[in-house]
Amino acid sequence: MSRPLLAVEDLHVRFALPTRNVHAVRGVGFSMGREKLGIVGESGSGKSLTGRAIIGQVAKPGVVAASRLEFDGIDLRSLDKAGRRALTGRRIGMIMQDPKFSLNPVMTVGEQIAEAYRVHNRAGAAEAKKRTLEMLAAVRIREPERVWGLYPHEVSGGMGQRVMIAMMLIPEPDLLIADEPTSALDVTVQTQVLAIIDDLVTQRGMGLIFISHDLNLVASFCDRVLVMYGGRIVETCRASELDRAQHPYTRGLLAALPRIDAPPGDLPVLRRDPAWLGEL
Amino acid sequence: MSAPAIAVRDLNVRFGTSVAVDNASFSVAGGESFGLVGESGSGKTTVLRVLSGLLRDWQGEAQVAGHDLRQERPRGLARIAQLVFQDPYASLHPLHTVDRVLGEAAAIHSLDRPNQRIDDVLRAVGLGPEFRFRFPHQLSGGQRQRVAIARALILEPTILLLDEPTSALDVSVQAEILNLLRRLRAERGLTLLLVTHNLAVVANLCERLAVMRRGRIVETMDAARLRQAESEQAYTRQLIAASRGYDRANAAEIAFDA
Amino acid sequence: MSDTAATWREYLTTPTPASRRQAALQRAWLSWRRFRANPTAMVGLVIILIIIAIAAFAPLLATHSPFTQNLNNRLMPWSAEHWLGTDELGRDVYSRLVYGTRVALRVIALVTIITAPIGLIIGAVAGYAGGWVDAALMRVTDIFLAFPRLILALALTTALGPGIDNAILAIGLTGWPPLARLARAETLTIRSSDFIAAAKVVGASPARIVFGHVMPLCMPSLIVRVTLDMAGVILVAAGLGFLGLGAQPPQPEWGAMIAAGRKFIFDQWWIAAVPGLAICVLSLGFNLFGDGLRDALDPKASS
Repeated sequence: MSRPLLAVEDLHVRFALPTRNVHAVRGVGFSMGREKLGIVGESGSGKSLTGRAIIGQVAKPGVVAASRLEFDGIDLRSLDKAGRRALTGRRIGMIMQDPKFSLNPVMTVGEQIAEAYRVHNRAGAAEAKKRTLEMLAAVRIREPERVWGLYPHEVSGGMGQRVMIAMMLIPEPDLLIADEPTSALDVTVQTQVLAIIDDLVTQRGMGLIFISHDLNLVASFCDRVLVMYGGRIVETCRASELDRAQHPYTRGLLAALPRIDAPPGDLPVLRRDPAWLGEL
Repeated sequence: MSAPAIAVRDLNVRFGTSVAVDNASFSVAGGESFGLVGESGSGKTTVLRVLSGLLRDWQGEAQVAGHDLRQERPRGLARIAQLVFQDPYASLHPLHTVDRVLGEAAAIHSLDRPNQRIDDVLRAVGLGPEFRFRFPHQLSGGQRQRVAIARALILEPTILLLDEPTSALDVSVQAEILNLLRRLRAERGLTLLLVTHNLAVVANLCERLAVMRRGRIVETMDAARLRQAESEQAYTRQLIAASRGYDRANAAEIAFDA
Repeated sequence: MSDTAATWREYLTTPTPASRRQAALQRAWLSWRRFRANPTAMVGLVIILIIIAIAAFAPLLATHSPFTQNLNNRLMPWSAEHWLGTDELGRDVYSRLVYGTRVALRVIALVTIITAPIGLIIGAVAGYAGGWVDAALMRVTDIFLAFPRLILALALTTALGPGIDNAILAIGLTGWPPLARLARAETLTIRSSDFIAAAKVVGASPARIVFGHVMPLCMPSLIVRVTLDMAGVILVAAGLGFLGLGAQPPQPEWGAMIAAGRKFIFDQWWIAAVPGLAICVLSLGFNLFGDGLRDALDPKASS
């Protein structure tokens, strides 16, 4: 079997706060190839921090520890800051929920994407602009030239997210981590943006980690699903087999979801079992 | 036939040059649970702000429980229709205890036996007396939303206006709040107007719904038809399909605006 | 830990407070704990407490009366009898320093009582009301902001006579505009919040919203600004004293002492330097305290 794109074993993220210690990610382990992997959980499950730990974006006072954290055979733990920075961006990209907070408000959108290109490729301004326009077209923006000159605040939610995707994918990374990329978008725009991610990921043979609280969405979009609760992975299964999930938390979550086609009436309430938090 | 609990006719709201609500008309019967569905920019929240008395600059007709909204100030409406906000982290004053929030509502309207009422309404929303003197930061999202509902209920309104009440909550908490709203409606005969973008929530809680797009009401239908995914309008069908989850085939039908 | 200490701890940290008073005390306790964890803030607090103690126990701490003159013993350096020497009229510098704390604290207290309420109310009302009320109040604020303190002090002392109380009035009347601006800025942010909208829907009157909802949220930044301003108030009072517009002789006001000591700065430097140092220390104390207070009072910092 070929080397996995990403291999994680026993990942822990801890925060030492003045009032208490927080153990947010507790021994998470998984490996993935060039596939669409979904990580699902409610707030506080540690799913976002897992994504950030992989890309090296856990802010102090957070501490990341793992017995194995390998990307395409490279040990991420052994890289220093500069090495980590060179790797991420070029080979691993990350998209977050709200493009307003991820885009520099005082640069035009086009300049930012071009900058992202030039950071990882030796290229002149003209070449960078050409590639940027191509990328904007690839994310189905109809007038790339016009959008090039727009500032982030002039760009709507769906377009902003497409700009983020363009910016993250222009260096042609192997792995994309998307943390709630469509949660702030309207549901129709969501479908379109996901289609773009779907197409690009498939065309380029990339791996995708899709982090979300929306179980339904992840099950329909991804190939495999990890369910997190209390900092741990409680379920791993193929997306198509989610309705046959084993863990009571997953089953409880599925049952608690309202459905369009279900008759009205009380939804079964999830009873949290402290045993799910496992031994500390 | 009794007058509808909520009656809106040819409602128009403009902010500067942009049109937020464009000739919207619908009515909600007493005791009914009605959903107002739409994406961002559809105008659904604006309609709610008009009905709660927060927005006073509009044209057309709007009435709650027979009271013309043009005449009444928010204080007069407070015991008729109350509003539950979307973000439980923002709708409670950070420096007020639960007791202060509920007590103030009672004091403004000079309700008798305020202590008793506070205890009763907390119990009705599933919070015990141990929550009474907590500050919002000592409550979880679901608990805060319950307090917001308690604040609405302590004034004994007949109509409850809800602005995306569960959008900011986890799935498991959402189920609890939806069940709570269902129970309260049954116990108190409330009329519910639920604004949301989530069609599954509407299917679960509402009897009828209206779909809004860009300020206009595109379609009004029974929830039963929603559950069968029967719709006359293409837009509604798109919404229903998109709500089911991701399906690559659907993407081709929806065009980007830009 | 003793029993009473344990029950107090339980009372203050239980997640289910049982009364309004307990909830309020818990919040105060949390703020105190955050403050206590900040070393520089504690230094500031200690300085302020020491100065308050000196003022309270001045008669016990002073070795002489601050007013007794002894012209045979003027301009003497420190000795066993006069710990910090004597000034140009033979008065004990140390005792004048000690009694001077009373004057300094009185100035601070009275100025704060004048500026804080005026600034808070005008700023919050202007910010919440908007429209012409806001414009009118802000223009009034601008007018008062335009007055240089010293000119106003001059005008008041000419009209009402010289003295520390008129200096306090002058400082107070020119000190509230920045607080009003601050309160207004905070109010503008607060007033679009959901909890304000919720209060309106519940039927709260604008007065109730401004006093009960808006003002409490303006308090942290206002308190911090006021404590940081206190250092400046002392300096302004000292400046007025220096010009002869504030405290009148023989009152032991630090600024006036510096003014009097100006003539002797080369040979008997302690007459001016000692009160100058006292002003520095008091300003430092308030600055450190104010910084720590801001961190401790921030509601977002609550866990």
